[in-house]
Amino acid sequence: MNAELLSVYITAIVLVATAGLYYLLVTTNLIRAVIGLELVTKAVTVGLVLAGKLTGNTGLTQTLVITLIVVEVVVMVVAVGLILLGHKHTNGVDVRQLRNIKG
Amino acid sequence: MSDLLENHIVDVIVLGTLVLSAVWAVLSPRLLRAVIGLAVASCCVTIALFRLDSPLAGVFELSVCAGLISAVFISTISLSQLETEESIAGASKERIRRYWYLPPLLVLVGIAVFQIRLVDFPEVARVGKDVRQVLWTERHLDLLGQVTVLLAGAFGVVVLFKENKKHER
Repeated sequence: MNAELLSVYITAIVLVATAGLYYLLVTTNLIRAVIGLELVTKAVTVGLVLAGKLTGNTGLTQTLVITLIVVEVVVMVVAVGLILLGHKHTNGVDVRQLRNIKG
Repeated sequence: MSDLLENHIVDVIVLGTLVLSAVWAVLSPRLLRAVIGLAVASCCVTIALFRLDSPLAGVFELSVCAGLISAVFISTISLSQLETEESIAGASKERIRRYWYLPPLLVLVGIAVFQIRLVDFPEVARVGKDVRQVLWTERHLDLLGQVTVLLAGAFGVVVLFKENKKHER
């Protein structure tokens, strides 16, 4: 692979991961936090497949990416279930409101 | 740089759209638009996976991440009724104060990463097996793990909403 093209791929991966991490750090909205987590996962997915392309081992990396997608979906669904439950208790999805919950 | 644009214009456009849609998902004041930005990012990741010779992973990404996850997010937003004009207007000032660091930070990080000198990677012939062979022979324990994680997630959701019904009584 061309070094310039590789630079473009790596820059895009780092930028998407940075945007997702910034979102996770700054936001207090739980749904937005899950979106940030999804963005970081997207960057990891492209990184894994890029590594597979460079080493010629795309079969193994595709397998890892499929496992990653399954785990990602389960984490996301459980997180959304928790968010909806929290919303019933606090009537909002702000992390700061959850501090008032006891027990 | 002109060589890059001539020979790999599709990759550059796809990766540029990926970064822009990710930034749009972060900066958008409306949750629904943020979810649409995430779905567009998933579509761009799918095209990138196809370009990197990983079509099966691309199909999973498109069907699950761009389709299913977006549907679940939109259902959550409509169930929790979070998107009101008042809430968006109230949050917009605070959002500008919090998020204005992100665009300059991304520009700086992008310039810094792009400066890293990389060498050309020679085109490598496929050294590994086909994805189906790897999945069913070498990494078959991953399948067990996937089934376990799926069951754990399903039971988790069942327990969450069962508890909820108990509280309602």
